[in-house]
Amino acid sequence: MDVKSTILSKYNAKVFKGRQDHLLEVDAGQTQEIAANARAVPGLMTNRGCCYAGCKGVVLGPLKDTCVITHGPIGCGFYSWGTRRNKARGDGEGRNFIQYCFSTDMQEPDIVFGGDKKLRQAIKEAVTIFHPKHVMICSTCPVGLIGDDIHAVAAEAEKDYGITCVAFSCEGYKGVSQSAGHHIANNGLMKRIIGADDTPPPSKYAVNLLGEYNIGGDGWEVERILKRVGYHVVSVFTGDGALADIARAHTADLNLVQCHRSINYVAEMMKTAYGTDWLKVNFIGLGSAAESLRRIAEFFGDQDLKNRTEEVIADELAAIEPDISYFKSRLEGRRAALFVGGSRSHHYQDLLRDFGVATVLAGYEFGHRDDYEGRQVIPRIKEDADSKNIETLTVAKDDKRYRAFLSPERYEELKSTIGLESYAGMIRDMPDGSWVVDDLNHFETEQFAKLLRPDIFFSGIKDKYVLQKSGVLSRQLHCYDYSGPYAGFRGAVIFGRDLTMGLYAPAWKMVTPPWKAGDREGDAANA
Amino acid sequence: MRQVAIYGKGGIGKSTTTQNLNAGLGEMGKKIMIVGCDPKADSTRLILGGLAQETVLDTLREEGEDIDLDQVLKAGFSGIRCVESGGPEPGVGCAGRGIITSIGLLERLGAYTDDLDYVFYDVLGDVVCGGFAMPIREGKAQEIYIVCSGEMMALYAANNISKGIRKYANTGGVRLGGLICNSRNVDGEADLVSAVAKELGTQMIHFVPRDNMVQRAEINKQTVIEFAPKCGQADEYRALANKIDHNDMFVIPQPLSQDRLEALLMDYGLVA
Repeated sequence: MDVKSTILSKYNAKVFKGRQDHLLEVDAGQTQEIAANARAVPGLMTNRGCCYAGCKGVVLGPLKDTCVITHGPIGCGFYSWGTRRNKARGDGEGRNFIQYCFSTDMQEPDIVFGGDKKLRQAIKEAVTIFHPKHVMICSTCPVGLIGDDIHAVAAEAEKDYGITCVAFSCEGYKGVSQSAGHHIANNGLMKRIIGADDTPPPSKYAVNLLGEYNIGGDGWEVERILKRVGYHVVSVFTGDGALADIARAHTADLNLVQCHRSINYVAEMMKTAYGTDWLKVNFIGLGSAAESLRRIAEFFGDQDLKNRTEEVIADELAAIEPDISYFKSRLEGRRAALFVGGSRSHHYQDLLRDFGVATVLAGYEFGHRDDYEGRQVIPRIKEDADSKNIETLTVAKDDKRYRAFLSPERYEELKSTIGLESYAGMIRDMPDGSWVVDDLNHFETEQFAKLLRPDIFFSGIKDKYVLQKSGVLSRQLHCYDYSGPYAGFRGAVIFGRDLTMGLYAPAWKMVTPPWKAGDREGDAANA
Repeated sequence: MRQVAIYGKGGIGKSTTTQNLNAGLGEMGKKIMIVGCDPKADSTRLILGGLAQETVLDTLREEGEDIDLDQVLKAGFSGIRCVESGGPEPGVGCAGRGIITSIGLLERLGAYTDDLDYVFYDVLGDVVCGGFAMPIREGKAQEIYIVCSGEMMALYAANNISKGIRKYANTGGVRLGGLICNSRNVDGEADLVSAVAKELGTQMIHFVPRDNMVQRAEINKQTVIEFAPKCGQADEYRALANKIDHNDMFVIPQPLSQDRLEALLMDYGLVA
């Protein structure tokens, strides 16, 4: 039996039907279609999170100058507290709320009598104690069920305290995964924050960094490189980000989109409303970081900038070359599987390639078809009841602030040469015969680990130890297991080091569980 | 202890009927507790003579879990014990969850004593959500009476409530004891309600005629039995109490299709 049949054969007819289109073997000669962004099958141990996790945890959580209040029972707030490793430095005025968890701690009487009074009180306390300029409210499931009018409370708080207060109806049950929450957060930022402050950037070559959440300090490494070349980063969405900066995002010349899945809505809406072009970049991997820098320089078209870009690339690469060669010598020929949330499963294949590591499997927890197949499929993606449930914001051109950086001719030219407003998806970059699996579950993870025999399986906390206990090294690509940054040039060295350490200290393979003590010799022979 | 839930369309006279028939049962010497399951908390005012009562949920909110049963349980006419579940003001929170919380708390506080012959649940309007079905879940109320009239919407509601009963009949063992017709003086009312009851597989247990004495008693914050014990309407409620006390017809209802229900309405003179 082939790989796909082996895995699917364990399923009953209904699950078989539900899963079969989510797995494919890459056939480089063909245009392949995959099923994605569909409901997880009950009973399968999916790794997905909820809408609230996408809105509060991913997009809004990293904002350091913003007090994000979870309106709900304490669990939702507690388990989304500090779990993403999105780092942030204070804003100089003592505001850095990243370490805190704000929750209304709803209890039974709040469910019965409504939680709005407690929410008002929570905002009042947060404002009194922490003096935030911005407060955001994230809804959890029970709030949606009992219908607390959080938007009215937010409007009231803006009047009462002179702050920006935005409410997000990101109840966990909405949509099929975190992805719905990203969209809701994008909508809120677009509606209320972006465009609120017209202060122009202090220098030319102004860019925004979209979909960079500064996990393990990735965003800092990317900003370091961008600044070295001569760019001014107006705002970052949202790693080490500040709402005060995001309010000025529309004054930038170009949007750089790192994580396509979680932030492409903002990029697209800003193009419509403010004329800001966007460029899909990838700062994970040496080759891709260099290529991204070259495309950005090409957008601005300035010869000095292009020269400077080449100098920086050469200098950065030279500085890390000894380390990279060493780690490459240790890693070359290894095989990797990647299962991460949105765009990382794609991004890290570039970095692995730099070390001579081949990808045998990659998949997204909550990607859509465009993340796999490219944005050209978007018009053909069928809307279902779940996606219709999430508001699609229609934005209009803002005549006062609209500004096209490029001439129409130059735009057309660059569109094809550097790929403005486009993303070709992950499948196209994957080797022939490798596997793409959407919404991978624990059963399939174990099966693929056996069948494809990857040396390392990049994933998250939910399946990391299942993999390691079966003898396969696993590194978390959501949070980098206390390490990082992995982005940019210097990050690549840390990544290579971590990978080498893991592979050359196969501790889990040396442990024999007590119930297998009798088979010890047999195990050793099989190892 | 017989636990009985009274359902019916909003405004049909559930609370009035429940309290009057309870006054009748009380006269017969029965020990009764009424649990009002309506956020408006007006299910016991006739028994208590209009006495404003702390609701379970208000007390829970103000005092926390440390509640004494005496704070929420008051005795009224004929020693009938009255509890109001209470709930949020209109438009906020979750009244259904309130009922679940409230009944759970009453159980923990030991309100359900062995000397009780009857516990009556007077439940708001339709079975709009799981919370309002609480009295018929988990083996609480075993029998249900639906208050209705010959009006179309009242019978729609009765049919709909029957669907709810049917759902819980297998898991909770709840049964329908009959329809109580609280007359609105509609043409062919008794025949129509009887016919619908028959199709549901149950009975019209009593036809309560319309009488202004009910309004007069209500204005005086009393049941008819207390206010005018000798009048004919008081005897009607006594008759209802007696029939319920001796009722042995408990069924899993067979809800009607929409078409069938409308056909019955046509047949019994509503179009005339």
